[in-house]
Amino acid sequence: MRRIYLDHAATTPTHSEVVKAMLPYYTDGFGNPSSIYSYGQEAKGAVEEARTKVAELIGARSEEIVFTSGGTEADNFALKGVAYANEHKGNHIITTSIEHHAVMEVGKFLEKRGLTITYLPVDEYGLLDPDDVKRAITDKTILISVIHANNEVGTLEPLEEIGEIAHEAEICFHSDAVQTVGHMPVNVDKLNVDLLSISGHKFYGPKGVGALYVRKGTELVSLMQGGEQEKRRRAGTENVPAIVGLGKAVELAGQEMAREAERLAGLRDKLIKGLMERIDHIRLNGHPKKRLPNNVNVSVDFVEGESMLLSLDLEGISASTGSACSSASLKPSHVLLALGLPPEQAHGSLRFSLGRENSEADIKRVLDILPSIVSRLREMSPLSKTQK
Amino acid sequence: MPDIWSQYNQKVMDHFKNPRNVGEIEKPDGVGHVGNPVCGDIMELYIKVKDDIIVDAKFRTFGCGAAIATSSMVTEMVKGKNLKEALKISNKAVAEALDGLPAVKMHCSVLAEKALKSAVEDYLSKFKKRRKRKSR
Repeated sequence: MRRIYLDHAATTPTHSEVVKAMLPYYTDGFGNPSSIYSYGQEAKGAVEEARTKVAELIGARSEEIVFTSGGTEADNFALKGVAYANEHKGNHIITTSIEHHAVMEVGKFLEKRGLTITYLPVDEYGLLDPDDVKRAITDKTILISVIHANNEVGTLEPLEEIGEIAHEAEICFHSDAVQTVGHMPVNVDKLNVDLLSISGHKFYGPKGVGALYVRKGTELVSLMQGGEQEKRRRAGTENVPAIVGLGKAVELAGQEMAREAERLAGLRDKLIKGLMERIDHIRLNGHPKKRLPNNVNVSVDFVEGESMLLSLDLEGISASTGSACSSASLKPSHVLLALGLPPEQAHGSLRFSLGRENSEADIKRVLDILPSIVSRLREMSPLSKTQK
Repeated sequence: MPDIWSQYNQKVMDHFKNPRNVGEIEKPDGVGHVGNPVCGDIMELYIKVKDDIIVDAKFRTFGCGAAIATSSMVTEMVKGKNLKEALKISNKAVAEALDGLPAVKMHCSVLAEKALKSAVEDYLSKFKKRRKRKSR
């Protein structure tokens, strides 16, 4: 059975050229970039080359890029780093109710330590109103953090406008851009951000590597002590092969993403249209237009997400759900609830996130298979008989 | 690479793929309705009782793979049992009959036990009422 992978928002397969670029740094190029002899300097050169590539992709200067272990560390670094650096200035952070856990949970962590966090609501499409940001600002606000594109429903937030508001008020502005960098143009000056989180494995790079863009002049306390690496902003010997891989992934994204985004948006729209035509009692989650080119998120009434995922997996199709039947809390996705979905619709959500190896045939296969899966599960469901 | 079904064992997957006793019983003697949409699990269990013996059981479930598998299993286990025996079926027994469930899914077996108990209790309360009417 041919397996069809439609969960690129979770992770992507590492590009073969990325792997090829990384391998020499596990063997001949094993040196420690902090060492002054040639082994070390070769490794250092490779790290700096990757740094330049990352900077170029987002319109930054290379000294403004700090490599991290991934998006989660970048988010932690941004929020805690700003909070610790501004203890004397203020204790208020503004964010949204649809952040990735890597921001939301850090917010909760800081709240327990005395900070005040405002989680702004979003509309039914997941859009944040920039005016709400403006109204939430107090003289104690030290940071605004808004996700660029939500990882579940794919809604693109109006960062430019929020960034302007932040700059006018002279408040540091962070964005988790893990779902957008490498998939669509991101320019730190255009978006008016001071801090931006990047993750390598979301765009065909390796896992365990990411970066935080730190605009020159931004005050940030390091989370890691114990070395001079990354200009004392992140101690620890650099993960050289992974950083090289990230650089290669960035380089490939720069070449391919414009064409690829257009192609994926076409497949995305075909999938959305096909699902709406073939399945009744289904709704699209997220914004119909302002969404990631590769994201499809739907709620199917009367059925639960995990049972749909299992059934799809039996047919070789990998997707994702906002249902939390397997989590300890049993609460469905906070993002879908923030969009105003009732719990049973949040439990019945399915996310397909497309990528470079997907074709029209894959979309057709989903459209052929899913309706029968849904009707089989609906026959079993006590909800369908009462509400149909 | 590890087995792709590391979450659910083969028996659970079998009951998920080919659930036994799906549907409703016309004029059931007892109905159990448990769970709620907030948690993402709703089970309805129907039983037919003859001379204290559960002669038929069917279910409808909104829920994950484990919820469907435990519903299926509990209907299998209860058929042919008398009411007293049926009330003794524990969530652990359902999970064991499925060769085990992942720890995070044990709540599904609890729901199956509750659905069964509530169906039997529904029958008993109706039965008592009927007896009262007869004795009058």
